[in-house]
Amino acid sequence: MIAETPRGLFCEGGGFYIDPWQPVDRALITHAHADHASAGSRAYLCATPGAQILRRRLPDATIASIDYGVPVTIGNVRVSFHPAGHILGSAQIRLERGGEVWVVSGDYKRAPDATCAPFEPLRCDVFVTEATFALPIYTWDPPSIVVREIVDWWHAARQEGRSCVLFCYVLGKAQRVLALLQPFADVPIRIHGALAGLTDAYRESGIALAATERITEDMRGPTLAGSLVLAPLSARGTVWMRRLPRPSTAFASGLMRVRGVRRQRGFDRGFVLSDHADWPGLLATIRETGAPRVFVTHGWSDALARYLAEAGLETQVMRTAFEGEAGEFGAAAAASADEAGERS
Amino acid sequence: MKQFAALYDAIDRTTSTNAKVAALVAYFRSAPPADAAWAVFFLTGRRLKRLLPSASLREWAQAEAGVPEWLFMESYAAVGDFAELIALVLDGVARAPEDGDLPLAGWVETRIMPLAGEDAEVQRDRVVSWWRTLDRSERFVLNKLITGEFRVGVAQTLVMRALAQAIGIDQKMIAARLMGDWAPSAEWFSSITSSVPAAAEPSQPYPFFLASPLEADPETLGDIREWFVEWKWDGIRAQVVRRAGECWIWSRGEELITHRFPEVTAAATHLPDGTVVDGEILAFAEGRPMPFSALQQRIGRQRQLAQIMRAVPVAFIAYDLLERGGTDVRSSPLTERRRMLEEIITGTSVVRLSEEVVSDTWTTLGRLRGESRARGVEGFMLKRCSSAYGVGRRRGDWWKWKIDPFTVDAVLIYAQPGSGKRASLLTDYTFGVWDNGQLVPVAKAYSGLSNAEIAEMDRWIRRHTKERHGPVRVVDPVHVFELGFEAIAASTRHKSGIAVRFPRMLRWRRDKPAGEADTLDALRELLRHTQG
Repeated sequence: MIAETPRGLFCEGGGFYIDPWQPVDRALITHAHADHASAGSRAYLCATPGAQILRRRLPDATIASIDYGVPVTIGNVRVSFHPAGHILGSAQIRLERGGEVWVVSGDYKRAPDATCAPFEPLRCDVFVTEATFALPIYTWDPPSIVVREIVDWWHAARQEGRSCVLFCYVLGKAQRVLALLQPFADVPIRIHGALAGLTDAYRESGIALAATERITEDMRGPTLAGSLVLAPLSARGTVWMRRLPRPSTAFASGLMRVRGVRRQRGFDRGFVLSDHADWPGLLATIRETGAPRVFVTHGWSDALARYLAEAGLETQVMRTAFEGEAGEFGAAAAASADEAGERS
Repeated sequence: MKQFAALYDAIDRTTSTNAKVAALVAYFRSAPPADAAWAVFFLTGRRLKRLLPSASLREWAQAEAGVPEWLFMESYAAVGDFAELIALVLDGVARAPEDGDLPLAGWVETRIMPLAGEDAEVQRDRVVSWWRTLDRSERFVLNKLITGEFRVGVAQTLVMRALAQAIGIDQKMIAARLMGDWAPSAEWFSSITSSVPAAAEPSQPYPFFLASPLEADPETLGDIREWFVEWKWDGIRAQVVRRAGECWIWSRGEELITHRFPEVTAAATHLPDGTVVDGEILAFAEGRPMPFSALQQRIGRQRQLAQIMRAVPVAFIAYDLLERGGTDVRSSPLTERRRMLEEIITGTSVVRLSEEVVSDTWTTLGRLRGESRARGVEGFMLKRCSSAYGVGRRRGDWWKWKIDPFTVDAVLIYAQPGSGKRASLLTDYTFGVWDNGQLVPVAKAYSGLSNAEIAEMDRWIRRHTKERHGPVRVVDPVHVFELGFEAIAASTRHKSGIAVRFPRMLRWRRDKPAGEADTLDALRELLRHTQG
């Protein structure tokens, strides 16, 4: 039903691509992260809750959307979008033809997240899964515990009159953190301008977030003492950072599970908060689909495929241009570390 | 244990030196003295005698977590640290209730150390039951204590600074008291923290004073007459301690190496009692140093010592005097220490003086530096005549003016993940040079690139992996790097027949196609040249 091509995953029966990384005629999009939603295609289709965000990301594109769970027929394939629990509007794409069912997961997680609909397990014959954190070292603590760590870190820094900068992805992670912080934030959370538009978009979709205040040009020094600031990784090591008084830095990502990774990037703190499934989450999900065949896309794909094969499933690794959490991190963090003149 | 694990977390959770020191100070002030003693022991890089093979820990953890071995090793590539890997994979395993907290000293003395000598099964049952009751941080710390690789991003000098602050005594005094052999205990902790100098252990060496690499033009150092110049020897830095009728030899890593060099020990018994000399142990024959590779045969090998002693004779080149007649003379000017050293070191065979190199100008000295390779040395040591013998690496008074390294342009052929801070990044590279149309591996290197270059290479390697053998990736032979190295020697252990010393990346030669990289013949020629 789906083939790997140089432009992306192609469904011949429907004449469409799923998350193509090069321009095509018709693209079905699981979610609006850059490695899944690249520009230049003629027509896009996504799940309704994600349409507004996708339009922000691809302002010139022709974008149509359908609600979760509503099937449409494209070519000779019955297509429907189902919640993936990754970010607002993220979807698994279910394809059915002649009694055979495939599900392409995109990115997904099983941990609770108030900013998006929870992952919906779907029975299928072939499950195309991500593998961003497919190693047994990746098991997530509940977000309720992680947010307490963030709050404790913030309060300790506040006592010393310092500022806290929590780096996170502008789409999804930042808003999830804001939703988690809502019960704890007694003052507005300061946000970098790059987060403002998407955060507004989440609010417009009816998602409750902690109050925020955008950092403006004149805000610096004492005004920001004791603040918790959310910022994109790309702000790291730039002059923008100089406005923050004695900042303690942290990064919110599943990658922070490994001490050496956090230390290599020089963050004071790492909060293990991921929008991807952890190892038990991946295994449980694959089991729930009942799929005898599993295709593995990006991340620790070789490890997951081999593990599943040893458990008796038919598996195959698909080479894609998807990067999961690692891609964005590597480029942005390394670039900013270099600006700071670090050499190792 | 909880308090020590919390200290570990506090140190680990900040990149600020002051915050680390503050956490240590708070710990030293509040922990029971026996715990504090053990904390100093581990934080200064000391380790328990080997208790059990670390492979056993891995096997038990795999079984406990239900993870196949290949997946465990794949995970290691992402973590780069076995103690942490074990702590992480066991996170998913259900925990047994805790049986109350035991202080660090209790853990070490009544639980961990008694593991030695037990049957493997008993060891396993105990370790696994501890894993089940401890939380993630404590489990990680426990693994570190057992395996003895307790490096937590806190330098030894920070521990000394914190101790000095916590107790309010001079950091140099703490440094001196932490040298040499000591057993951690509450009594020991009170003795090192006492403001009264205790009777020193006779074997105790002094902290080594270290030189900094000279990157600027030597002219910037001013008048050459204010500098004492010696050849920079390429051996093992060592202190010979002659006290109480005995001799000890300490390496810079504060390891006792007395028994490895019996001829030096024997010669040192002719030194007057109450003498401490700093110098370099070299493989030395016919009045000149042999290559470092010869000395390596003397390191680590305990058996057949007599035979190797004949094949690889050594000498101790003395270059500084730290104690004379039982008196610490480190604060005297170098010129004065040197004068006293010349009085004491009169031998010319096994224990001998480091020769002074006299030059009128930096220019003539620079010319002489060109002879370094032929003389089997690494360049010059420049020491300010008026300088005291300090502690640690302090810039300004002692410089090493090394010769430029050898270089070769080689092609990146394999890559694998680094460890520690570089876990999950592909940073350990193997390089090849051309031999009959094939690339033959000649060197492994992992330092010299900027973080951005590392990230770029990591991404490129992941997309251009041709084959994988466990963690090792074979990549398209495209990228050429200029490698620098200090020495070259013939080797039967390497496929290329050549071993290079301290290889590192000097430059990414983006301008050079792989086909134009160097050949093995060129390296062979270099080898012939340096041997001749």
